[in-house]
Amino acid sequence: MTGGEVVFSRPESLRRTPTHYCPGCTHGTAHRLVAEVLDELGIRERTVGVAPVGCAVFAYNYFNCDFLEAAHGRAPAFATGVKRVRPELIVFTYQGDGDLASIGLAEILHAANRGEKFTVVFVNNAIYGMTGGQMAPTTLPGQVTTTCPGGRDVEQVGYPLRVAELLATLRTPGYIARGSLHGPESIIASKRLVRRAFEHQVAGTCFGLVELLSTCPTNWGLTPMAACQWVVDRMIPYYPLGELKRPESATGQVAS
Amino acid sequence: MSAVTIDSTRCKGCELCCRVCPQGVLRVAKQINTKGYFPAEVGDGTLCMGCCMCAVVCPDVAIEVRVHGVHYDFLGQ
Repeated sequence: MTGGEVVFSRPESLRRTPTHYCPGCTHGTAHRLVAEVLDELGIRERTVGVAPVGCAVFAYNYFNCDFLEAAHGRAPAFATGVKRVRPELIVFTYQGDGDLASIGLAEILHAANRGEKFTVVFVNNAIYGMTGGQMAPTTLPGQVTTTCPGGRDVEQVGYPLRVAELLATLRTPGYIARGSLHGPESIIASKRLVRRAFEHQVAGTCFGLVELLSTCPTNWGLTPMAACQWVVDRMIPYYPLGELKRPESATGQVAS
Repeated sequence: MSAVTIDSTRCKGCELCCRVCPQGVLRVAKQINTKGYFPAEVGDGTLCMGCCMCAVVCPDVAIEVRVHGVHYDFLGQ
């Protein structure tokens, strides 16, 4: 059927290139949310993205804006450089948990502490996806991966890292939030968080990080539908959703 | 009256849209697409009420929704 008003279609900032992601992987959804926000704010022409190493390494093929490809975990360092040289540009990094929470933890921590005015989209799927499902710093206690076949042993390797909470304790003003991509209502709520983070950058207010809980059906060994349920049952209790810090709370206290 | 269009060449058959559709409009096709997946397809399109839930969850942005007449715009800010 043709005609009628188009109420949902592909955003302009997202190219028509088919993604290489596995069926049911919510990376594509995260891409769409960022692309829609770029369209809505009308900033696509002056936006520079920084792609990570990981599953989203080909993000530069999917976004219809300028892109850099960073060394593993170093996207915040690249973004710092771009933003400081060209402050009028809108800069965002798109990073996974293996990239941001493991090898790139120093970069993200210091970028947030310096209050660099760019936006970070942090996709947390609790596993290393691209390399074949190894244990990540965000892997949940007891979760089985190829490098912890008996489940993550917290006695041996500690508890999963809550990056958003960690950054929210910094005294430097920032916008830190966590959303989830497991279902339509949480996707719509997550888009609001992504939009707010970009709005803070457009206004030149502060650093912004939005953590998006994502699924990895292939490496979790679940169907896409079961993976979404797994996010609800296992991930959200450990990684609570919401805005953890707003720039107003400059004392470093975690906002409710 | 609404219309959901699924780009069957982009669809990877994850079935997330079939799960979230409140009207049960979407289902899995019997034929594979060029990528080798069983894509989602529209069953009884007359039941569609244009809620866009399928398009919101589609990770491959393979769904376009058109609406004829009044609908509730809850995707806006």
